[in-house]
Amino acid sequence: MFGKLTIEALPLYSAIAAGGALVTVGGAALVVLVITWLRAWKYLWTEWLTSVDHKRIGVMYIVLALIMLLRGFVDAIMMRAQQAMALNSGGYLPPEHFDQIFSSHGTIMIFFMAMPFMTGLVNLAMPLQIGTRDVAFPFLNSLSLWLSAAGAGLVMVSLVIGKFSTAGWTGYPPYSGIQYNPGVGVDYWIWALLISGIGSTLSGINFVVTILKRRAPGMTLMRMTPFTWTALVTSVLMIFAFPALTVACGLLALDRLLGMHFFTNDHGGNMMNYVNLFWIWGHPEVYILILPAFGVFSEVVSTFARKRLFGYESLVYATAAIGLLSFTVWLHHFFTMGSSATVNAFFGIMTMIIAVPTGVKVFNWLLTMYRGRISFHPSMLFTIGFIVTFVIGGMTGVLLAMPPADFLLHNTTFLVAHFHNMIIPGVLFGYLAGYMYWFPKAFGFKMNEPWGVRAFWFWIVGFYLAFMPLYVLGFMGMPRRMEQYNDPAWAPWLMAAAAGAFLILIGIACLAMQVLATFRDRRRDADVTGDPYDGRTLEWATASPPPAYNFAILPQVRDREPLLDMKERGVAWQKPAKYEDIEMPKSSAVGVVMGAFAFGLGFAMVWHIWWLAAACGLVMWVTMIVRSSDDDQEYRLSAAEVARIEEARYRALGSRA
Amino acid sequence: MSTRPGTMAAHGGGGSEAAELHEQRALGFWLYLMSDAIIFALLFMTYGIMAGNTDGGPTGKSLFDLSNAAYETALLLVSSMTFGFASLAARDGNRGAVLGWLVLTFVLGAGFVFLEVREFVGMIGAGAGPDRSGFLSAFFTLVGTHGVHVSTGLVWILIMMGQVTVKGLTLPVTSRLFRLGLFWHFLDIAWVGIFSVVYLPGLM
Repeated sequence: MFGKLTIEALPLYSAIAAGGALVTVGGAALVVLVITWLRAWKYLWTEWLTSVDHKRIGVMYIVLALIMLLRGFVDAIMMRAQQAMALNSGGYLPPEHFDQIFSSHGTIMIFFMAMPFMTGLVNLAMPLQIGTRDVAFPFLNSLSLWLSAAGAGLVMVSLVIGKFSTAGWTGYPPYSGIQYNPGVGVDYWIWALLISGIGSTLSGINFVVTILKRRAPGMTLMRMTPFTWTALVTSVLMIFAFPALTVACGLLALDRLLGMHFFTNDHGGNMMNYVNLFWIWGHPEVYILILPAFGVFSEVVSTFARKRLFGYESLVYATAAIGLLSFTVWLHHFFTMGSSATVNAFFGIMTMIIAVPTGVKVFNWLLTMYRGRISFHPSMLFTIGFIVTFVIGGMTGVLLAMPPADFLLHNTTFLVAHFHNMIIPGVLFGYLAGYMYWFPKAFGFKMNEPWGVRAFWFWIVGFYLAFMPLYVLGFMGMPRRMEQYNDPAWAPWLMAAAAGAFLILIGIACLAMQVLATFRDRRRDADVTGDPYDGRTLEWATASPPPAYNFAILPQVRDREPLLDMKERGVAWQKPAKYEDIEMPKSSAVGVVMGAFAFGLGFAMVWHIWWLAAACGLVMWVTMIVRSSDDDQEYRLSAAEVARIEEARYRALGSRA
Repeated sequence: MSTRPGTMAAHGGGGSEAAELHEQRALGFWLYLMSDAIIFALLFMTYGIMAGNTDGGPTGKSLFDLSNAAYETALLLVSSMTFGFASLAARDGNRGAVLGWLVLTFVLGAGFVFLEVREFVGMIGAGAGPDRSGFLSAFFTLVGTHGVHVSTGLVWILIMMGQVTVKGLTLPVTSRLFRLGLFWHFLDIAWVGIFSVVYLPGLM
């Protein structure tokens, strides 16, 4: 009846695991209670969960990302604490539990923190920047969101029911195969990735069609914002890279479920094929995450230095070049697999080449700041912190790109330090900068700056303290993922790293304080103009928060910085002569229902509850068929209604003047 | 890459707006097919790597039946042609002909799936199932993935027959029919790959 699921699945084997489960269940219960207490269920359901509005979907993605950031960070600080105290002792975590923690940390941070954060920012800003009313496929957008949430839900549930994978975030076979990992952990990992991966592919398709087909009149490709350009290249990478992850995880699932021999030791399996498949997705994924952050930095630098971006075209070409080259470097993740020197040399050289367009961008940002009148908004601080830190990480990357050096550093903490040095400043700082930058657009009031500045300083100092010691430890030969060790020379460095993680914890607390302070001061910091930073691009031309249709009249674009151009010509925020009816997509519960059943399907597959899997699959099929036969998915907003909304906005603008 | 301005009409009649919507859906569907093509490419690559990993078990030479594969090929190629006639009939607004050609396409596609399932059942019965060797895992997964696609296409054909009957050849229905056509022809191309990469070399 319940497959492999028994009462044994509850995490009563250790106090820490049970505590984690309690916190998860308690947190979820608390959220439910608060929503019930506020009587907000109906509002939440009609206005948010079933919404197909790209702005609300963007906000929900970012909320998901921030929740998962907390979860992933708890994993991180647990690992740092373990390694700080595990000299000649078992520390406080048994090996099996420690392995689950580093596996879930990587999985969560990449798939359920960074990916939703990126997708959320693109959803929030890109359609406004290109001057359209919504993405090309609003319903698909909602479906993508709920598939991502279903995947995240599976990872969270593994805390309470059963165990998570111990095979690392990359899940290499044969260790992740059924022979060595007969439990459900790897299955949780597989199904979380498969389900959310489909959501990511659909998001990529949605964004590409939106950008290519729905730009405002006059917006040529070379007039798009840098953020939109990076979103376009990232979306193309998502379409072409995610299938590789689907294949890698799918074949591993076939090995585990049906006893096939793709990646087994025996019967003609080939485990290196998995490693290739995984990194054919995995390396482009790095750029999928980092390019939109580059886009954010470009917007932020230009806005807060009050200058046009230096070398726009070189930045666009560099972005496209990175997109292409990102498919030619995947083998550098496993130089030690035993390829010939020629193959390693090719991938080593390509890896060094891909650093060149990235370097171009650093000069774009530096020269934009040069002689600019810079104001130090927290987003700008994160940008400057990124530039300095990222260059260090880039140089250690070029070092690792040399196969002979890589043979020495492979699988040491040097590698861990390197990729955190790329991803924390390059991805997370970018997303945090974007989150603080576009927050007023989404909500209509500015974010608290003092707490943002504090968060920045704790994050960046904490980052250096946490990860620079890992470079040293790598040179000392410390392998990654060690649960305990007996070399006393490592201990001081690991304690320093733990102290760094503690500073980052304070940084995260500052981010939470920032949210609280922002909502406390929402009236004082209200922004009725919709243009709090004297912006240059179209997202600042509409109200904050924008009406559902974004633009009552679609803007006519004549320049790369359309709003600045309109301001200079004195035509910004002009009242149009008349309004017209607008077709808008209807809200739909189908996305959230599909997400719920996808979660059920994943859970059933993990625990081999076949009837439940079949039922969930059938419901999803029928729902899709019914939805796809429905030709009545839009409603018409009358010109009078549009005029009413717009008049209110003009009154607010007037009262300020 | 085009540098012309975005094509979305600022306002304007429902007709052109609807046409643009379907143009966007067609582009989106093309992009989906491209990502699906990557899945097939990687399964082909995996098969190529594992074709020799028979683990001392049965090989392609002993398992494959060229005449069966040839019948499958014929059924699928002809079904692509009948689908083409359905598309032409849809363009002419001939509802009855569309339904007739779709029925024929469905029958041919179902015949293909039947032959494939019979082949799979026979192989598994002879002890050459997907858990026998790396080669057979790759074979069943590549060919089976294609078969699942064809079966999905069959369900889609049924749905479209229902929509054509109930709704008639409205713009949304014909645009879905167009995308189903892309899907169906795409599966043909994938099958030609399978025939040339799996069956022919396996028998040679």
